[in-house]
Amino acid sequence: MRELAYYEAKLEALREVLAADESVHLVADATGFLGLSPHRVRFAEILKSFPDRVIAPPISELAFCGLAVGAAMAGLRPVVDLITASFAFEAWPQIVNEAANAFYMSGGQTRVPVVFHLLHGLRGAGAAQHSHSPQAMLWNCPGLEIVLPSSPRDVKGLFKTAVNSNNPTVFIDHVRLFELRGEVPETDEAIPFGQAEIKRAGTDVTVVATSLMVQRALSVADGLAKGGIQVEVVDPRTIVPLDFKTIMASVEKTGRVVVVDECHQSCGVSAELVARIAEAGFDKLKAPIRRVATLDVPVPFSPPLEDFISPSEARIAEAIRATVR
Amino acid sequence: MLLIRHFEETLVAVHDQGHFSGHYHLYIGQEATGVAALSCVEPNDCLFTTHRNHGHLLARGADPGRLFAEILGRKDGYNKGKGGTFHITAATLGFYHTSGIVAGIIPLATGAAYAAKARKSGQLAVCLIGDGALEEGAASEAFNMASLWKLPILYLCENNGKYGAGRAAGAAQSPTMAAYPLTDLPKAYKIPAEQVDGTNVGAVDSVVSEAISKIRQGEGPQFLETQTVRWPGSESNWPVVPVATNINLAWDISSVPQKMRQWYRSSDPVLIFVRELVERGWATKEELADIDGKVVGIVDQAVKFALASPYPEPEDALTNVFA
Repeated sequence: MRELAYYEAKLEALREVLAADESVHLVADATGFLGLSPHRVRFAEILKSFPDRVIAPPISELAFCGLAVGAAMAGLRPVVDLITASFAFEAWPQIVNEAANAFYMSGGQTRVPVVFHLLHGLRGAGAAQHSHSPQAMLWNCPGLEIVLPSSPRDVKGLFKTAVNSNNPTVFIDHVRLFELRGEVPETDEAIPFGQAEIKRAGTDVTVVATSLMVQRALSVADGLAKGGIQVEVVDPRTIVPLDFKTIMASVEKTGRVVVVDECHQSCGVSAELVARIAEAGFDKLKAPIRRVATLDVPVPFSPPLEDFISPSEARIAEAIRATVR
Repeated sequence: MLLIRHFEETLVAVHDQGHFSGHYHLYIGQEATGVAALSCVEPNDCLFTTHRNHGHLLARGADPGRLFAEILGRKDGYNKGKGGTFHITAATLGFYHTSGIVAGIIPLATGAAYAAKARKSGQLAVCLIGDGALEEGAASEAFNMASLWKLPILYLCENNGKYGAGRAAGAAQSPTMAAYPLTDLPKAYKIPAEQVDGTNVGAVDSVVSEAISKIRQGEGPQFLETQTVRWPGSESNWPVVPVATNINLAWDISSVPQKMRQWYRSSDPVLIFVRELVERGWATKEELADIDGKVVGIVDQAVKFALASPYPEPEDALTNVFA
């Protein structure tokens, strides 16, 4: 199978969804969807191919997210680029209080097929106001689908499903995945939501990880394998809907669990996953569940400070070792 | 207009009898605006309204029974009981989403206008807001985009506080809004904006028709401020109906408590229209009384329907989260 860089797979997905359905419109500026990555200039190719379907908004997150939601209600399939996930807070009322509620509160009358695209997490020197991982906050708002891709194949296949979904979908990406290379089929593959993937099979301990943390967990697993610890890495890929069955099947097999996630630890994605695993499988566990998340402080600027609070490979390895000890 | 008036006066009574809980907002005093404005739009246009939506839905032809049922949280309500008074949605009538968040619909309606333009559907969007919505940043942000992209949208701002505090001094009408007149705000974004007497059906019809015709000709967004005077029944936290409206009030307000007479004498759009119809010879008092009686009957039926409708099954709370 051919290999693509993550960012290339993402651009290919954008191009294909625009070509396939003229109700797809992008709300994005000239460097859309690739953040500050040096590859962002490649978005110009898309702009050139679909000039009438990409609109560059003013710096008005609240209203341009609302605009996309309203356009979705009236028949389009808009995809909004919020760039940095922290900017979603500017648009919070439209995402969590209008989009998430519309279908339910109308008694099933009004569909909102909109996609919000966010770049989350510690990107390196993002400091406190550009490094958020709002997926846990969003998970606390029923009505939103939440997607966290971790590989080139996943970003493309999940993006296609997001655009074709009839629900408001938050597509949460990570800029530190962009250079990752991996196999991407040339076929028109849409990866269904709610299907976790075992990214690496193992027998000793289950690591449930999302987004960039999947790659970090895989790297740690390679290292630990040399020492005889066989780690199974489970990637939920979407947390709403959540494929809990696959997670629990792995937990039942290994009896040991570490959850790795880049949200702040308290009430983060790891907190919810750990609670569910403990509720459903306490009797299957051979050791206490551990979690590795961003420490509960605002994100600092200086590199050693940022590294210290991050769910680093060292912290992940330490948690796994403690679990299998 | 009479249907809206009787519907809401009855709603106060039904609330006071304990048939539903929670706060609610009435449209009494603004009927001329909603009825005239919504008579100017086409069946496939996109409409967005707020917590003060009952009048808009009825003006658009909503079934009074299903509307009442929704307010009471019943199964036969438009939203199957999931929305309530703040969120009545009737997609078949073009009401896609009704937000109880002040200014929540302004970006949404603007988005519907974007969709209409993108799809070249010929539709326009009508965004029915109150004067308070202009205090939210969402209003300014959305005006900017609508103007930049010449979107087909009418922002209809119903200012129901014409004689609010400060107004007499020629200052802003409210202690929480510096812009005065309110039309200065959309004008700052180069959106044409006008004020009109919202108690006058003919005046509203005329300015809305003109604005809509400009929008349909591709001139982009238009803003109208309709001015009405707050109904004295809404002065307390929970509305109190001073006297049930009937046609005779147009000429004899002796049954209205003394301190509330001014509103019924000069600011009640229903009575103003009744007088106009009779004075111009377009209807007789008897004909109007006959219509009034029929409308009372329709509202009685609606209440009966709503009260007979069952509550949803408790487990229905878990449905419709996702499409």
